[in-house]
Amino acid sequence: MTAAPFPANLAPVKRVSLWRRFLRRPAGVIALVVMILIVLVAVLAPWLAPYDPNLVKLRITNVGPGGDHILGGDSGGRDILSRLIYGARTTLFGAAITCVSAVLIGVPAGVCAGYFGGVTDRVLTWISDALQSIPVLLMLMIVAAGTGQSFPVLMVVLGLFMAPGYYRITRGRAQAVRKEPYIDAARVSGVTNPRILRTHMARAVYPPIVVQSALTAGLAIGMQAGLQFLGIGSAQTPSWGQMISNGMLVINTHGLILLWPSIALGLTIASLAFIGTTLADLISIRVEQPTRRMRLRARQELAKAPASAELPDRVASGTHAHEVADCALRIDNLRVGYPSPAGVKEVVRGVSLDAGPGEVLGIVGESGSGKTQTMFAVLGLLPIGGTAVSDGIHVNGKEVGGLPALERAALLGRSIGYVPQEPMTNLDPSYTIERQLVEPLRQVQGMSKAAAKARAREVLVRVGITDVDRVLRSYPHQISGGMAQRVLIAGAVSGRPSLLVADEPTTALDVTVQAEVLELLRELQQEYGMALVIVTHNFGVVADICDRLVVMKDGRIVETGAVEQIFRSPADPYTAELISASLDDADGRVELDKAHVGGEDGAR
Amino acid sequence: MFSFITKRLLSGILLLAVVTTGTFFIAHLAIGDPTPGLLGNSATPAQQAAMRAKIGVDRPLLTQFWDWLSHAVTGDFGTSWRTFTPVNDDLALRLPVTLSVVFFATVLSAIFGVIIGIACGLRPGSVFDRVLKFASVVLFALPGYWLGIVLVQLFALGLGWFDATGYVSPEISVGGWLRSITLPSVALALGAIVMIAEQLRNSFLEVNNQDFVRTLRARGLSKRRVTRHVLRNSAPAALTVLAMMFVGLLGGAIIVELVFNLQGIGILTQQSSQNGNIPVLLGLTVMTVVFVVVINLLLDLVLGWVNPKVRDR
Repeated sequence: MTAAPFPANLAPVKRVSLWRRFLRRPAGVIALVVMILIVLVAVLAPWLAPYDPNLVKLRITNVGPGGDHILGGDSGGRDILSRLIYGARTTLFGAAITCVSAVLIGVPAGVCAGYFGGVTDRVLTWISDALQSIPVLLMLMIVAAGTGQSFPVLMVVLGLFMAPGYYRITRGRAQAVRKEPYIDAARVSGVTNPRILRTHMARAVYPPIVVQSALTAGLAIGMQAGLQFLGIGSAQTPSWGQMISNGMLVINTHGLILLWPSIALGLTIASLAFIGTTLADLISIRVEQPTRRMRLRARQELAKAPASAELPDRVASGTHAHEVADCALRIDNLRVGYPSPAGVKEVVRGVSLDAGPGEVLGIVGESGSGKTQTMFAVLGLLPIGGTAVSDGIHVNGKEVGGLPALERAALLGRSIGYVPQEPMTNLDPSYTIERQLVEPLRQVQGMSKAAAKARAREVLVRVGITDVDRVLRSYPHQISGGMAQRVLIAGAVSGRPSLLVADEPTTALDVTVQAEVLELLRELQQEYGMALVIVTHNFGVVADICDRLVVMKDGRIVETGAVEQIFRSPADPYTAELISASLDDADGRVELDKAHVGGEDGAR
Repeated sequence: MFSFITKRLLSGILLLAVVTTGTFFIAHLAIGDPTPGLLGNSATPAQQAAMRAKIGVDRPLLTQFWDWLSHAVTGDFGTSWRTFTPVNDDLALRLPVTLSVVFFATVLSAIFGVIIGIACGLRPGSVFDRVLKFASVVLFALPGYWLGIVLVQLFALGLGWFDATGYVSPEISVGGWLRSITLPSVALALGAIVMIAEQLRNSFLEVNNQDFVRTLRARGLSKRRVTRHVLRNSAPAALTVLAMMFVGLLGGAIIVELVFNLQGIGILTQQSSQNGNIPVLLGLTVMTVVFVVVINLLLDLVLGWVNPKVRDR
């Protein structure tokens, strides 16, 4: 264990703190600075305000900005700037009360619901949903009717209504943490529930709570101003909402009086919102939408002049076995990359391969070797941001890599069929199987409704489904995984393609079903005379049905050849490693361990 | 499906019971003696005592609650403590105003929210998409009433296109009705439009990233057809927000009605809150919660129709 060398060629994972990443976002920084200034103004109000906010001087009634009173006086003869400054105090104090009470109510409830589940969860979730479905303002007005319009009480009540936001977050996190094996380990070793919750929950929940608090504070401030606008709250406490309400009365003659508190309010809420959304962007795993410039740059980087002695990476890897004109599929020097902050991340780095008509080609490699990406590039269906460049992609002897997207897409469902890996997520959950089989037949093959239905039944029967009528009527969640995979295969071959690409078609299935599905693919391939390109990490699959084999590692091909030859004498140590890893006998395991450590030393 | 709906209905009735009971006791305990609020501070103790006897708050609280509840279940919410007209009449008089505005605002937010959401979902990262993101922050920061004031200034007083304030019943003039509710509806809807658009955009992109969309494309379906599949699957999220918006708009209407001087349930809420007019406040609460329950039930039905998994529950 201790002897295993730490892989040196892996870039060290950069753990830049959330805080530092936040400071790199201009919108976030500006908003944070504005927010800090507002907080300072609120805290230092007694020293900053030039006048008593409630001091009435009739002389300055509705007077515009300038002179002793920088922003002038309001319609009650009071200094606007002083009232604004004290208003910040009222506003932030109220928002703080709301956030604190929402956290104090929502977080413990969420933790309990998520961690203990069952009845606790159901009851608390019902209450949370109920709180969210009642209009807050109505409830606040009812409370305000009795509490002598005490603002702190109102803000606590508002906090109660804001608690579901926190509840949802913590409940979700607690559920996720509860499923972690280390929690079970902790319980078994006698750690008490409260301690588990304290040590393991706090960290997981902290960032989303900060985001939620920024948004809650923004909402609370808006709601508070709305209440003040409605005339709730003491007239002696200067507040922005009250100032807006006063300003509205004289809007036609003295519009500025309305403007100042509106700016203060808008600025405060907007900076909270920007802080919140920036943080949310940073902690979410959502895929960033690459801009057009990023995509263009990725393409240029990928296409950079190939082939030089210093850059062996830029030379294509892999060999061809057939003439271009004889190929069902031929790829020349394919590169696939994704835009990243550091330029472009290449996941396929110069791959060349081919498959003749009626040939079964296996692409083998561990996860992350680029085999699936290679296949998506062939289909022209790379995930968002993915860019492919190549010296040529030929389908049935025709160059298609350079075709415009629309013509490229026209190959799908006609010349190329695709069988995905995970059957349950590859059917549209909202439509029946019949609809999903018939729709492409009608649109792509131009069949009549009756003909398409007949073909769909015929193909389903062919892929071995016995109760065709029930399956046709079913929605995807009503059928089993093996059944779904058969449906997907039926969909892929129903357009009679000459090339079928299958991405780990058996990985997600039960072992007993795996062999059947593989056998089915084999039969269909021979029956229709299709070329079959099958991506897998399983040498059993390869041995079962492949004619030729391509072994991939880190986005490049390490070996190409006939299956028997590679099994008998693999040329590359990595291939040997993969093969012995697939075999289950004990000797192989020992050898594998040796080979693995040795291979690592040798390779690096 | 049937048992699912029954369950939701029972849950709704429970919600109604809990909220109204809670409101009854909170309002009574918080307000205590409502007579100063109803009569003003100049009323003599004798006048106050007479008032207390008249509205029945001199009885034990539980008796009052039983009295209120036994009438409420028959649909009778008592009489207003201020005008001594039936609460039901007060509500019936005001409801059309608020519903007109809220309904129109919901329609506006549904139409524009969906159009903008799809447009942004189809072209994420485009200028239009960035504008939506920015607008969502700005509209979050600007309260509805502020927008209302600006809209009145601009379109009613400045350009004279719409009525600045007041409500015209559609029975008198349909055109006048539309003119009177357009600005308040827009003021209410702007925030909702952006929220629906954002929700739809995000779930559109999320669905677009799912495996089955790639498979649909791999079958050769045209972009338009694939988009239809994506939309169908992102609809539940958008519909949920739309339903939440309707309820939110009911609450937001309180402030907008004040700005536009519409005599709807919002102004009634504000006045009753200031006077401590508990029967009216309770009537308003029951009505609102009934709306919430009905809307959520409709949402469940629509979701069941859109999403086959819900049907099997």
